[in-house]
Amino acid sequence: MTYKLHFADLLPYWDLLLKGLVFTILLTIVSTVAGTALGTLGASARTFGPRWLDRLTGAYVEVIRNTPFIVQLFFIFFGLPAAGIKLNETTAAVLAMTVNLGAYSTEIIRAGIQAVPKGHIEAGASLAMSRLQVLRHVVLKQAFEKIYPALSSQIVIVMLGSAVVSQISAEDLTYAANFIQSRNFRAFEVYLVVAGLYLLLAIVTRAALRGIGRLVFRGPGR
Amino acid sequence: MSDFSFWVILSNLLLATRWTIALSLVAFASGGLVGLALLFARVSRIGWLEWTTKAYVEFFQGTPLLMQLFLFFFGVALFGIEVSPWLAAWLALTFWTSAFLTEIWRGCVEAIPKGQWEAADTLAMSYMQQMWHVILPQAFRIAIPPTVGFSVQVVKGTALASIIGFVDLTKAGTMLNNATFRPFLVYSLVALIYFALCFPLSWFAHRLERTFNVAR
Repeated sequence: MTYKLHFADLLPYWDLLLKGLVFTILLTIVSTVAGTALGTLGASARTFGPRWLDRLTGAYVEVIRNTPFIVQLFFIFFGLPAAGIKLNETTAAVLAMTVNLGAYSTEIIRAGIQAVPKGHIEAGASLAMSRLQVLRHVVLKQAFEKIYPALSSQIVIVMLGSAVVSQISAEDLTYAANFIQSRNFRAFEVYLVVAGLYLLLAIVTRAALRGIGRLVFRGPGR
Repeated sequence: MSDFSFWVILSNLLLATRWTIALSLVAFASGGLVGLALLFARVSRIGWLEWTTKAYVEFFQGTPLLMQLFLFFFGVALFGIEVSPWLAAWLALTFWTSAFLTEIWRGCVEAIPKGQWEAADTLAMSYMQQMWHVILPQAFRIAIPPTVGFSVQVVKGTALASIIGFVDLTKAGTMLNNATFRPFLVYSLVALIYFALCFPLSWFAHRLERTFNVAR
C-alpha cells in the first residue's frame, strides 16, 4: 500500500466532530427516556390490558422488529408529510428512534413483568394497594431490575443505529463525518476516527448504564 | 415522463428485492463461515488468540454498521482496488455478521457442561477433535434458534448497503420515491416487503426456541 494516512487533516474540523458527538448523545438520551416510557406502556398494555389492545401492541412490535430502521426513518420523514404530518429532521430522528426502542423494550419489559410471581401481585392487592400502585411498586420495579441488562444492550444498539439519521440530514456524528470527508477528501481517516468515537461512546454508555443501574436498584439488604 | 402505476412501483420494488435477498444470503453464509473460524479461536484457551477475537467482536459490535460500510467502501480503495458497492457491502456485512455469530455461538459453547470437555480430554482428544466431535454437535442444537433469529438482523442490515449505492429494496424505494413523489405509498410497500421477508424468519426462530425448550 503506497497510501499514507493523513489524520492531521481532520484537526481543523474538531469542533464539527464535537458538535456531532453531542448531538448523537442528546438524541440517544431523549429517545432512551421516551422509548423506555413507551415500552413500559406497551408492556403493561400487553400484560394487563384488554385483548384488542394486546393484539394491537403486538402488531406494532412485530412491524417495527421486522423492518429496517432506515425504512422506518424514511417513512416518518418522507412518508408522513404526504399524510399531512410535517416533521423537521431532528424531530423525525427522535420519533423514529423512540418508536424503534419502544417496540423492542415492550418485549423486553413484558418478559420482566411475566417473571414477577403472581403471589406478589396478590400480596399487593391484599395490602389494599390500588391496581396502579401494585403495577408501579410491585410489578414494574421488580421487572425493571430483572431486565435492566437486556434493556441496556438494546439502548446501545439504538445508539449505534442512530448513525442512519445522518441520511435525513439530522446533524449527528455521522453527518459530521460525511461533511468533513466531502471537504478534505480524507474519507478513510474520518470514518476511522468516527468509528473509534462510536466505539468509545458504546463503552461509555454501557458503563454509565451499569452505574445508573447500581444506583437505582440498590435496595435494602444488598 | 412515464406514468407510474401502482403495479409498476410494486414490480420494480420486487425486482430490487432479489438483490436484498441475494446480499442477505451471501453475507449470512460467508459471515457464518468466518464466525465459525473465529469461534474456534474465541474458545481456544490460548490467551492472545482469545483476546484478539474479543477485540474483533468488540469493534464490530461497538461501531455502527454504517461506519463499517463506509470504512470498507473507502478503505479497500486505498489498496488501489476498485470497489463496487456490492463488494464493499458484502465485505462489511460478512465481518459484521461473523462478529455477532461468534458471540452468539460462544454463549452456546459455554452452555455445554465442563465435564464434556474434561471427558473428551481424558480420551486424549486434541482441541480440534474435542470441538468437532463433542462440543459443536451439542452446541449446534442450542445455537439454531438464536442463529435463525439473527438472520433477521442480517436482512435488515442489508438495507444500509443502499447508502453506499447498492441498489437493493431500500435504494429502489428511494429512487421510485424521487420519480413518483408518492413517499407514503412507496415506503409503505418497502416496509411491507421487508416485513414479508423477516416475519417468517422471526416466527420460525420463535417456534424453534419453543420446540428446543420443550425437548430439553
